Amino acid sequence: MRVSLFITCLADLLFPEVGVATVWLLRHLGVQVDFPQGQTCCGQAMWNSGFRTEAAVLARQHLAAFGGSDYIVAPSGSCAGMVCRHYEELFRDEPALLEQARQVAARTYELSQFLVDVLGVEDLGASYRGRAVYHNGCHMARVLGVSDPPLRLLRRVRGLELVEMERPDLCCGFGGTFSIKQPEISVAMADEKIEHLNAAGADLLVSADLGCLMQLEGRLRQRGAGVRTLHLATLLAEGVGLA
Amino acid sequence: MSAGPFTERVSRALADARLRGALRFTTDRLFRMRRQAMEVLRASAEQGLALGDFERVRARAAAIRQHAVAHLDYYLGQAAEQIQRRGGQVYFARNAEDVGRVVLEIARRRGADLVVKSKSMASEEVHLNQILARAGIEAVESDLGEYIVQLAGETPSHIIIPAIHKTREQVAELFGRVIGHALSADTPTLTAVARQVLREKFLRAGIGVSGANFVVAETGTLVLVTNEGNGRLVSSVPPVHVAIVGIEKVIPTLADLSPLLAVLARSATGQQITTYTHLITGPRRPGELDGPEELHVVFLDNGRSRILGSEYEQVLTCIRCGACLNVCPVYRQIGGHAYGGVYSGPIGAVITPLLGGRQEWSDLPMATSLCGACHEVCPVGIPLHDLLVRLREENVAAGRTEGGERLAMRLLAWAWSRPWAYRLSGRIARWLQRGFFAGSAAGDGCWSERGPGPLAAWAAGRQVPVLAPRSFRELWGDLVAEPAGPAAAVRAAREQPEQSGASGPDGPGGGR
Repeated sequence: MRVSLFITCLADLLFPEVGVATVWLLRHLGVQVDFPQGQTCCGQAMWNSGFRTEAAVLARQHLAAFGGSDYIVAPSGSCAGMVCRHYEELFRDEPALLEQARQVAARTYELSQFLVDVLGVEDLGASYRGRAVYHNGCHMARVLGVSDPPLRLLRRVRGLELVEMERPDLCCGFGGTFSIKQPEISVAMADEKIEHLNAAGADLLVSADLGCLMQLEGRLRQRGAGVRTLHLATLLAEGVGLA
Repeated sequence: MSAGPFTERVSRALADARLRGALRFTTDRLFRMRRQAMEVLRASAEQGLALGDFERVRARAAAIRQHAVAHLDYYLGQAAEQIQRRGGQVYFARNAEDVGRVVLEIARRRGADLVVKSKSMASEEVHLNQILARAGIEAVESDLGEYIVQLAGETPSHIIIPAIHKTREQVAELFGRVIGHALSADTPTLTAVARQVLREKFLRAGIGVSGANFVVAETGTLVLVTNEGNGRLVSSVPPVHVAIVGIEKVIPTLADLSPLLAVLARSATGQQITTYTHLITGPRRPGELDGPEELHVVFLDNGRSRILGSEYEQVLTCIRCGACLNVCPVYRQIGGHAYGGVYSGPIGAVITPLLGGRQEWSDLPMATSLCGACHEVCPVGIPLHDLLVRLREENVAAGRTEGGERLAMRLLAWAWSRPWAYRLSGRIARWLQRGFFAGSAAGDGCWSERGPGPLAAWAAGRQVPVLAPRSFRELWGDLVAEPAGPAAAVRAAREQPEQSGASGPDGPGGGR
């Protein structure tokens, strides 16, 4: 089985270790990984900010880059959601691109979704010490519609105590450009999330989306709070001894 | 409404600890109650005792509302005809002015100087109380929450819980002023004061003004849902009942009420059914003992007909339950007044610009992180988060963007649709960040305390991630050639020298 890695611009430029962990995990499970060099960014930030034309420009590039892939896997529920749910809307008036968009969307998966739903793996044999809260990104849960796979994977990690925080449904306050355009509200939202994290007694915050992690880690560091943040892929890769 | 006032209102709200405490307390409670109610509904459905689980009932409710809105001209005509056939008067008001004219004319004819009202967002929308006040007519709100905000000289901050932002201590203070002595802040004392003051108003009022949750076209029936019974008093004690109703509130048949009422109460307050459901069909008929002598129904357009047939049409199916406010992570931080309009929360952020003007309310589509919680709970499935994106698109198309955003997005789209330029932009950004913000790197060098350009706003409350020394695509070659190679490099560049951490990998290669 061959998978094309959809790295996402955040992981590519800011958190490449998450990409490395994703590659290792997939290889560890016997999957061949390639990296289409034409990929850049899915265009979600433009789409959500109302820059439809600009989003379409990037989406076209994305379709060209991944047109020949059998499986496309991203370490981000949010970016996968953009491709799977919004490309169709973006190209509703362009039949040729719409068809391509549908094909690419049908082959695109978020990492944990791919591991659990396609590969049928839940127990990676990983061990990781810690008391962890899993934060389900809003777009992963509500746009892509994936909530369960990360929990299935995390429940099988030995030594990991998975605890639930209050109001896990609440957004962390990232919201793409919202975090810059409404910084006060965004930070207030992060603070409430951190309050819930602390109340749950977690020392580890795990998520499958780098946007949420960047928001919460940025705030945690500013406040000097002692909770570590970790991408699901990194936790699993480290947990099986790949890192 | 420019960027200034909205941001100011937000800052004020965020600085108000009492407001935020009250909001969190009540929205959390409503969230839990709604969830419990939906669980009960599912259990009942499994035993064949209900119409179905939430998803099923909401699909029916949505279909009914969408059908009604799609054929609004027909059902509105039918409703008007049926109301008139049963002795009611019907008016179509284009705007606040029209509503004022109708109500003032009735008041003049009847010589009424006191109006009692039950909760009506449509009357809030046209600022009826101010219209009446200018004509020397006293208007008294009889919904407890509305009464509280009226005494405070404020407007409702929630569609169904107007005084959600007030604590009971604040209410005791307001009521104490009315009654002339200090009051304890317990519920029985406070409700007793409201009852005492309001009963007298009900008996003296010349006109009762209400809204309506639904208007049934086939029978011309007004449906009012309340928990306090004040709706019944408003619509039956004064000699005249005036209902002010948005044109979109029409539904085809009485049978349609079943799924709609089932989702309305559960979505709003988590109740299986509200305490009072009034079905009002015409004024008092000869031989009847109760009811008003006159019934007037004012159908309010106020911009709604412009939404018909547009890509926003689905917002007209809203049944004003307030569930989207109760789950909204932004609303719970800033409350209703920060939105600046009559309607707040996600539904307010969508309909306020649609009804009141895109230009004037261009900030509201930004008052959302687009988390989609609103759509998840909406009892008629309105894709509010998608509509907020549509409104942002309109802002962009009309040039209502801030600073260099448009230029930045265009540049980014140009560069990032070319892999070589994307790579180059990454290198330039890295060079700039390291060059200009080298001194501000915090801790391990992966995060910075300052950010360039638009990231300055981010850096005000959060550290900024530093671009990686090598991007993933630059690492890819090594990853292909030597699987273990870049790992060490990435770790060396990234990880903090860790002491005996409380958490960490524990696997064979974990090293701890």
